[in-house]
Amino acid sequence: MASSSSNPLRLLNDLRVRAVLYQVVAVALVVGVGLYLFGNVSRKLAEQNIATGFAYLDRPAGFVISQSFIAYESGNSYARALLVGILNTIFVSVFAVILATTLGLIVGIARLSRNPMLSLLAKLYVEALRNVPLLLYLFLWYALIVAVFPPVREAWQPIPEVFVSNGGLIVPSLRWSPAHSGVLLAALAGVVLAFVVAGRLRRQRVATGIERPAWPFVLLALLLPPLLATLLLQPDLVVNWPEKGRFRITGGVQVTPEFTALLVGLGLSSSAGIAEIVRAGILSVGRGQWEASRSVGLRDGQTMRLVVLPQALRVIVPPLTSSYLSTFKNSSLAIAIGYPDLVMVSNTTMNQTGQAIEGIAIFMLVYLGMSISISLFMNWYNARVALVER
Amino acid sequence: MATVAEMDALNVARETLPPPRHRGFSASLKRYFGTPLNALITLVCLWLMVRLATAAWGWLVTRAVVEGGPQACKGGSGACWPFLAAKLRFMIFGFYPYDEHWRPALALVLFLAAIIVSMMPRFWGRGLVWLWIAVPLICGVLMYGGVFGLPVVTTTNWGGLPLSFMLSFVGLALGFPLGVVLALARSSKLPAIQVIAIIFIEVVRGVPLVSILFMASVMLPLFMPDGLTVDKLLRAQIAIIIFAGAYIAETVRGGLQAVPKGQHEAAAALGLGYWLAMRKIILPQALKIVIPPLVNIFIGFFQDTTLVTIIGLLDFLDTVRASLRDPNWQGIAVIEGYVFAALVYAVFSYAMGSYSRFLERRLKTDHERSAPGG
Repeated sequence: MASSSSNPLRLLNDLRVRAVLYQVVAVALVVGVGLYLFGNVSRKLAEQNIATGFAYLDRPAGFVISQSFIAYESGNSYARALLVGILNTIFVSVFAVILATTLGLIVGIARLSRNPMLSLLAKLYVEALRNVPLLLYLFLWYALIVAVFPPVREAWQPIPEVFVSNGGLIVPSLRWSPAHSGVLLAALAGVVLAFVVAGRLRRQRVATGIERPAWPFVLLALLLPPLLATLLLQPDLVVNWPEKGRFRITGGVQVTPEFTALLVGLGLSSSAGIAEIVRAGILSVGRGQWEASRSVGLRDGQTMRLVVLPQALRVIVPPLTSSYLSTFKNSSLAIAIGYPDLVMVSNTTMNQTGQAIEGIAIFMLVYLGMSISISLFMNWYNARVALVER
Repeated sequence: MATVAEMDALNVARETLPPPRHRGFSASLKRYFGTPLNALITLVCLWLMVRLATAAWGWLVTRAVVEGGPQACKGGSGACWPFLAAKLRFMIFGFYPYDEHWRPALALVLFLAAIIVSMMPRFWGRGLVWLWIAVPLICGVLMYGGVFGLPVVTTTNWGGLPLSFMLSFVGLALGFPLGVVLALARSSKLPAIQVIAIIFIEVVRGVPLVSILFMASVMLPLFMPDGLTVDKLLRAQIAIIIFAGAYIAETVRGGLQAVPKGQHEAAAALGLGYWLAMRKIILPQALKIVIPPLVNIFIGFFQDTTLVTIIGLLDFLDTVRASLRDPNWQGIAVIEGYVFAALVYAVFSYAMGSYSRFLERRLKTDHERSAPGG
């Protein structure tokens, strides 16, 4: 459409002009609303004499956190308190994901069982968990733990030096030193090494066709690094025994009821979703694959492990990613039962300093960052298991 | 929820079973006790079910406390029915004035009736739009009052089931247009608009709902101009609409991608512009595809509204909790309260889930009929 007319309105009929116009209007609208809101905020903050900026992060926090995986005292800075919260969030999410994946795999396979009784039970499990809000379950598990277990003064001792009460589970622990951290790191390295060795052996097996037992090598790779590290670093074995006082138990490592309730609630509720994902994935593998595996003499278990699951993973991984992401985000419900996760620590911080915008900005950024990292990792894994097509 | 593909695959799985030689008793005997392992599984499951059933029966019936007050329940080891009887109306209606309870009750009935009508395919049509403009208005007037001689009940007194329904349904109803606009923006060819949509959607989906609720309850007042205060309930509602919008946008985008390219080309060939093509050709098809996943999203939202408890709104879960904290009943009927709340949520969620499965089957057959072969 040539712009032969002198009327500038005719320009609006040009698609390119219109595209630019739309975008300019959209950007102007977003920027304008943003500036307006920002103006309101800064004026109100000035009126209410609320400081802005992140300087408050260096000030002492002054509150206690009931559970932390790094050394923390109330005299430490807000920044350290937030770090404790972040670690607590990660810790409970990772354990919940492991629990949910294990349970979900089992229940998902059980739902496909040919035994009608077993598949019915699995279906009941899934429906009971999916149709009730997670928050309600968290309250329920927490109430059950507090109701079923005795108060701290009458703590049960199922085995010596292990105390179970409504104040949580208390077990003896090692007095931690840098040497222990070294051994732990070596153990992690051992796990990685074991995976590498197993992969190498598998490739060798595929290339040569010679079947040799792989497990001694894998076991060696797994155990060698931590053993070496133990010999080199010589960590002290000082046990921190729990001691029962009049009102509370000191020493040892405590698993709080809040942590347990959150872990069980998150883990179970995601396991129901994962069970459905696993079921759909397994069903997506054609029956010809089962028949073919049987005809080459594989047993049912082997068929599942070597033929069906690897193919099912292609269907499973993308929804599994969303499931992990929502488990991680749902760990923010911790605040409802008092587990000191990132949201709860941020909330306390905001209440004490009044710096709501900074507080919310920090924890939203942390969540965003972690969500994106999980997505990236799972996408990488997905690309690995995805069907390679010619 | 089983998707269409799953249902198909399930049928395939059934076909993989060897054809039953004998129907009836001996065949089912084989399914339960065919191999030693199978027999063991059956027995373990049976034992587990019997244990569960007897425990539930004992708690609900034989050992239950039927009469009396808190003291009677304290000694008992079974379910405490007097607690539910005493607290039922508070759990459902919250702090709404006792004598006015018929108003939220009527609103609930109207609402549920409107939902049931909209769920029936035979009523699908333009009339529903008018129904859904009218019903929320009537419900709002009923709840708030101030006209027709109804005393005003401010939103601070709203609570319980009507509040939970309102937060989730209004959230979905207003989140839906927002989601459609965001989905169109995200699949638009204009880079600036696309970037704005992507940032909005990914930020909202990347953070937990708790944080958005916090933002709405703590930060929104700071963003508002002087003198304008936003009701606490409205703030939570805005947060839920934003959250719903971002999730619906991604679902609708999936539907938009599923519409074949030929449809776009055909619309262009007819000389339809972008908006006309979207409204008349693309969106109707895309939205039809995503109805079942939308229902599933909706089940999730119905459950997620419980999170407003965290910012201090008295939704159904919170009225149940408030009943549990009643000084007379404190620490006595905790499990009963939560089990009751769980049952209410489960009934509604399960009904919606079944409806979603029904929709999938129905939409599937509609599609199949036009496809050649089968």
